[in-house]
Amino acid sequence: MSTESIAWPISETSTPRPFVQQLHEWVTTVDHKRLGILYILFALLFLMVGGVEATILRIQLIRPLNHFVSPQMFNRMFTMHGTTMIFFVIMPVMFGFANYLTPLMIGARDMAFPRLNAFSFWLMAFGGLLLYFSFIGGDGLYGAGNAPDVGWFAYAPLTSKTFSRGHSTDFWILSLLVSGFGSIGTAINIIATVLCMRCKGMTLAKLPLMAWMSATMAGLVILAVSPLAAAQIMLLVDRYLGGHFFDTQAGGSAVMWMHFFWVFGHPEVYILVLPAFGFASEIIPVFSRKAIFGYPIMVAATLGIGFISMSVWAHHMFTVGMSAAGNTFFVLSTMAIAVPTGIKIFNWLATIWGGQIHFKTPMLFCIAFLFQFLIAGLTGIMQGAAPFDWQLTASYFVVAHFHYVIVGGILFTLFGAYYYWFPKMSGRMYNEKLGRLHFWLFIIGFHLTFDFMHIPGILGMPRRIYTYEPGRGWDIWNLIITIGVFFQAVAILVFIGNLLWSYFRGELAGNDPWDAWTLEWSIPSPPPAYNFAAIPEVRSRRPLWDLKHPEDPDWHYE
Amino acid sequence: MYTRPIRAVVILTLLAFVALAEPVSPPLSPTNIFAPVSTPAQSIFDLSRFVLLVTGAIFTVVVILLTYAVIKFRKTRENEGREPAQVFGSTQLELAWTVIPVLIVVVLFLAAAHVIASIQNAVRPSNALEVTVIGHQFWWEYRYPGLKVVTANELHIPVSDPAHPTPTFLTLLSADTDHSFWVPRLAGKTDLIPNHPNSTWVDPHETGLYLGQCAQYCGTQHALMLLRVYVDSREDFDRWVQQQSEPAHVSSKVSPGQRMFETTACVNCHTIRGTPAKGTYGPDLTHLMSRQTIASGAAKNNIGSLIAWIYKPDVFKPGCKMPSMGLSVQQSAEVGAYLATLR
Amino acid sequence: MSVPFAGMAEPQIEWTLPGRGPVAMYCLIAAESAIFTIFVVAYIFYIGKSLTGPQPQDVLRIPIVFTICLLSSSFSIHFASRSLRNGKVRSFSLWWLLTLVLGAVFLGGTFLEWRHLIYDEGLTIQTNLFGTTYYSLVGLHAFHVTVGLLALATVSLFTLLGYLKQEHAERVEVLSMYWHFVDVVWVVVFIVVYIVGR
Repeated sequence: MSTESIAWPISETSTPRPFVQQLHEWVTTVDHKRLGILYILFALLFLMVGGVEATILRIQLIRPLNHFVSPQMFNRMFTMHGTTMIFFVIMPVMFGFANYLTPLMIGARDMAFPRLNAFSFWLMAFGGLLLYFSFIGGDGLYGAGNAPDVGWFAYAPLTSKTFSRGHSTDFWILSLLVSGFGSIGTAINIIATVLCMRCKGMTLAKLPLMAWMSATMAGLVILAVSPLAAAQIMLLVDRYLGGHFFDTQAGGSAVMWMHFFWVFGHPEVYILVLPAFGFASEIIPVFSRKAIFGYPIMVAATLGIGFISMSVWAHHMFTVGMSAAGNTFFVLSTMAIAVPTGIKIFNWLATIWGGQIHFKTPMLFCIAFLFQFLIAGLTGIMQGAAPFDWQLTASYFVVAHFHYVIVGGILFTLFGAYYYWFPKMSGRMYNEKLGRLHFWLFIIGFHLTFDFMHIPGILGMPRRIYTYEPGRGWDIWNLIITIGVFFQAVAILVFIGNLLWSYFRGELAGNDPWDAWTLEWSIPSPPPAYNFAAIPEVRSRRPLWDLKHPEDPDWHYE
Repeated sequence: MYTRPIRAVVILTLLAFVALAEPVSPPLSPTNIFAPVSTPAQSIFDLSRFVLLVTGAIFTVVVILLTYAVIKFRKTRENEGREPAQVFGSTQLELAWTVIPVLIVVVLFLAAAHVIASIQNAVRPSNALEVTVIGHQFWWEYRYPGLKVVTANELHIPVSDPAHPTPTFLTLLSADTDHSFWVPRLAGKTDLIPNHPNSTWVDPHETGLYLGQCAQYCGTQHALMLLRVYVDSREDFDRWVQQQSEPAHVSSKVSPGQRMFETTACVNCHTIRGTPAKGTYGPDLTHLMSRQTIASGAAKNNIGSLIAWIYKPDVFKPGCKMPSMGLSVQQSAEVGAYLATLR
Repeated sequence: MSVPFAGMAEPQIEWTLPGRGPVAMYCLIAAESAIFTIFVVAYIFYIGKSLTGPQPQDVLRIPIVFTICLLSSSFSIHFASRSLRNGKVRSFSLWWLLTLVLGAVFLGGTFLEWRHLIYDEGLTIQTNLFGTTYYSLVGLHAFHVTVGLLALATVSLFTLLGYLKQEHAERVEVLSMYWHFVDVVWVVVFIVVYIVGR
């Protein structure tokens, strides 16, 4: 599939640099590519940590009245699992890919603010370490070592000093506050890069969809992570300065915490998913050998999703006792966001239609994404119908729904992205057979766990319970769910093994192993520090297509 | 490639089977949301069938198209090497797949809005039973203001004849953190939030015991804050009320257990009406033996469990708010024997 | 090794993109606005809901003078910025210093107001909902003023040492955007706390 393979350039310095010097270069780097890789590796590490936490949860729940871990440990595990996966896996990995790809895709040499970039990464990394320090450094009711155990959304007043003595809640607040500021820094950087550093000819209408998604995600980070920071500051005021923001005994409102949290929390899930849409929008066209269908409407849908996502938050609060009018409004906005999301699925389908599908590993993951994200979206619509949500929310149905989105949707495209851009980042091809093994093992595990997880929800099993009674009809489903976890664990090990092995022994990739069309494929793999020897000029959305097909360039049609 | 959509269809069929099964005494689960016995749960079930129909149809259409595309348009030896025709968009198609989803959304919205109004704005008839539910970490307090009944963990309500409904309206309060009252066969869940009174209602038309549990994470023992709702016939319910409103049936001779109970800190947390015990932090024990379980469903209510619970509450509910009072086994047995007389 | 895209002969297009500094500052302002919005919403929601303790109308005195100082500092910083763009560094440094002074006076006013509220009226952040929301919102704003003053002082230092030149005008303009933002936030806080809430 590659065009001309260009000889691997010999490394500029012929003597290998000492390890300490290399380490120092990585720690002090401001190069967007290295920071991107740091983010991605950080996320991969925490993915495994979060996965271990999930495994512990699932072993505890494999049968009723199990005693694998204490209730206190279970409650810490589900809190840490959620907090880790969202803030220290998916967000960093998305920032990592945005960091790595955005300058390359727009023909720039780096991000707008390289030092801010590095600072933001280290803030986020420190936040992650701070959160995990709680296991050994926290102090409180249960003795030394006290990780957060208040749930990842930390509802008041459970987080007040009264009900959460000790420091578990403080670790939750501080680690997220610090990494939140890092996120805002990265978001500012992404927007400034996309708006101010595009190469000549690249109007916004010619921006690759991945860059559009990154920029929209960044806009949402700015508007959504800030409210979380505000609410967390308020919680600190309550806990340490005797404030009453969420102190119900003083007339404060627990519901207000929920509003503030979900004003962050809902756009947050779009922050997580928009880059996934970006990956799909880059991978699906290349492996279908067709341009993305309906680029303008894809951009419009993206902006629409970003905008509407700020207005749906209280669909997480349908059971707290809002008025009928309030509930009805949020049903409307929640249903509305299904429209631009659905449009995207149809556009991807239309891109494949009439194409020529190459079933390489990135495409396998993206095809699975299409089916799975469809289902996830439909279970979302079910819960958008508020009365139905009054049964489904806070049960395993909603847990199944959001894991379907995050694992079945986001993680699958993320795997696709890893495989797609691994050759560019490392200069080597991954092993296709191992990639397929990863795919099949993971998809079996995913469906065993998350398809069947809908059923206990329908049969009345609430979430966040460390054990359950027999005789509720939940036992067999919990067993199947737990079994699926082991398939997924093995698949991830295969994945990591593949990345490691291929990094050292993979076949050389060359500039453009996929015969793709965006600017990052026009430079060597891995790219030199300066990215482009000469800043390119573009005339269409697929500059490399124009080069490869001078008789029929895209700018005749755009 | 083909097995994935087939697997998905099988899953959905299974779900649909669960969904569309007629509400029946549940072989699947005593907490099956698709086995309603009360109007709110029934309205939700009806709405859910409609929503599942619509989403099922969307699923079927899109999956068929996706599956077809993935099979039909794969690279083959014939078409390899040539790029397919590059199609950049189609205004008609894009318009169609915008307008149709908008219409579907409008329909679903109207259906949901109707059910929201019918449940939330239901008129409270004058003969409705009023119960105040107060959520605690990790037990349920029930007060019947009109009937002067105070009890814990096991709720008794009268059955409601659909022709002449006698619903029960529950006012939901909390003494500490957030909780949620969820008995799936009776109604959707509603939260108990401090400083934010809520209300919900049920009108079960079949007698029986209905299970549920707290559905909002409230701390260590959230998992064992179980709900048991006994829907009684009118006569049984009146008899129960009569019995509950009497003071405790203690013998005039103070047993060693009763003395221990009243001199240890038990009275700081528990009420036994007609005795000096007037604490309100923990459940009212006046008619403890009228309940089938203790510790909000964590253990059966029998002398063995009682003694074990008094001796060391952590054995059933590690992390619950009842401390071990440091009694010996002998002392716990005496207290247990006393409590066992509280019918 | 990138290829200048040959065969794409096209008339030279005008290619100007916005400056990074202003774009980044707008984004920062958006983020900060979101944070302030949450504190303002909390303040408004809790108006009249304190169970005990002094109410706003009992203890708040409208800080007209200090408000005028802060709002005037927006004008002075605007003149400073304009001077620098026109190359008048001396004029710039005077206007800039005036901005610093006006900002510091405002901060001093907040300090005086708080001393009165705490010691004379017994209103602290712990007293009631009003106390909590008032000190948090006004305090958050005062924090942003302080950060701004530190930045302004740093620029003043560079100016006094002779390092500041006309070519730095755009950067100074970005900083003055932050200062204008701080002023606009005060207008909102003033209206919500001293007018609507009383």
